[in-house]
Amino acid sequence: MANHRLCLTSNWQDRVAAGILWIMAALVMAVFIWLILSIVRNGLASLSWEFLTAKPSNQGRSGGIGPILVSTSLILLVCMGVSLPIGLGSAILLAEFTPASQWYGRLVRRSLDVLAGIPSIVFGLFGTVFFCQVLGMGYSILAGGLTLACMVLPILIRTSEEGLNSVPQEYRLAAASLGISRTSSLIHLLLPAAIPGLLVGFILGLGRAIAETAALLFTSGYVDRMPESLLDSGRSLTVHIYDLAMNVSGGNQNAYGSALVLLLLLLIINGSASWVANRFRQSRIIQA
Amino acid sequence: MSRFSKDWYLVWGLRACAFVAGAITLLIAIFIVAESLPALRHVGVARFFTDSSWQPNEYADRGTFNLVPMLAGTLFIMTGSVALATPFGIAAALFCRYYAPSAIARIYRRFLELLAGIPSVVFGFWGLVVVVPIINQIHPPGQSVLAAILILGLMILPTIALMADAALANVPADYHRAAASLGLSQWATIRGVILPSAKSGLFTGVILQSGRAIGETLAVLMVAGNIPKIPTSLFEPARTLTANIALEMAYALGDHRSGLFVTGLLLFIIIVSLVACAEWISKGRIYG
Repeated sequence: MANHRLCLTSNWQDRVAAGILWIMAALVMAVFIWLILSIVRNGLASLSWEFLTAKPSNQGRSGGIGPILVSTSLILLVCMGVSLPIGLGSAILLAEFTPASQWYGRLVRRSLDVLAGIPSIVFGLFGTVFFCQVLGMGYSILAGGLTLACMVLPILIRTSEEGLNSVPQEYRLAAASLGISRTSSLIHLLLPAAIPGLLVGFILGLGRAIAETAALLFTSGYVDRMPESLLDSGRSLTVHIYDLAMNVSGGNQNAYGSALVLLLLLLIINGSASWVANRFRQSRIIQA
Repeated sequence: MSRFSKDWYLVWGLRACAFVAGAITLLIAIFIVAESLPALRHVGVARFFTDSSWQPNEYADRGTFNLVPMLAGTLFIMTGSVALATPFGIAAALFCRYYAPSAIARIYRRFLELLAGIPSVVFGFWGLVVVVPIINQIHPPGQSVLAAILILGLMILPTIALMADAALANVPADYHRAAASLGLSQWATIRGVILPSAKSGLFTGVILQSGRAIGETLAVLMVAGNIPKIPTSLFEPARTLTANIALEMAYALGDHRSGLFVTGLLLFIIIVSLVACAEWISKGRIYG
């Protein structure tokens, strides 16, 4: 985004305002750099292959985070596996098949707006009643993943909808004029063209899910053993950090290590999202 | 003929997806209300605001269920963190858009995007090991309203800055040119033209982030001290509605558990009104 100087004249008020803004902006950055450096510096001490693969021992004070990484990936797998088809389906319906004014589309959109604002702890409450008790899953990776799936749906749907909306209207008109059914034009034309946008939505949803703690506390539980099935309780990386910091005295070192791993995972996720988005902007043509 | 029936399946499949997505909000509301009902019936709505303290029990008549301290804690911490993050967030956005050289602005913005994705549990952990000890030296016990305000303010700052940046980008370029042609200085243009015309966008961002501050659990829980008593100074500990649920859900039974769902219901109601409020404000924007 180009930076625009608004005008050339300036007086003492201008210089004071500019100075204050520079100082405030620098202060903000300084605090964040402090935060990240202290996590990186302390976390690097525990980071090793051993730490990533070993079992936690002594309540997590020593040992590694192997089973926790496995549980985390299983929770994410369930979450994205369930939310992706539902989210994509809803996004296609909202973007392609529903005029903005239609009552059904309006209702779904309104309901998603509310869903996006609900605090994660309330999702946790809902998950513990609905998935753990009513559907009988107990504290399990499955219940945790499903709770997260509900949580990431709004962001997933919104970004996928944007991805679909950015496909030029000519494609739809051309397909319609050739008499191609809407199903085929969707599968062969619109979805391939929208893939980068959909991918960004997927990655953002993943980032949201991996950062979540509160919704998992009483849905997927605290158990730090290697999970044997989706119905086992499994501890996510975020819950592990929380537990080490709050409930285990002397757990700080491994909490630093786990926090660093979490930040690195997020960096990878965010990095790939912006990489995809950039590629998308550079070449908005389809190779279908 | 066959291709129309294929489309028919597709549309109904998509409608089913959207139905599931839309129904989640309703399901959450229904289950939270249903689980709150026992406490609302046994304890009564009034006692949640008039009881002497929060010492809940499995049986309604043996415990006290005052939620006002948590409500007060939530409001204090939310107000403080929003009051802290808003000026810095808007300053960061102004810096990015009008003051920084474009190379710095680009890096600054990328960095803000990254920071917006840092998990709350990492903020909470950093607050616990770095900020709380510092506050403890000034005025024990360190785990306090102040710590929660600082950490939460830090957490919502990047998103406020990004939303403010987007709102500033939306101000029509004509306004800049008109201000420049009147010979207004840069700061006068920002104060007199840019900020007023971006007002509704800025407000929407702040309100949405207030919602996030109210709904945040882990970051606050880890640094606020969690004593269910109305705090009288910045250095006293406080408990929020979200922390109340997260701390006690693991062992709560009967009416106590149901009382925690009432806490969730209260959160739900606050958030829904905020979302409605944000929507109402963003409708009144003066530019496209």
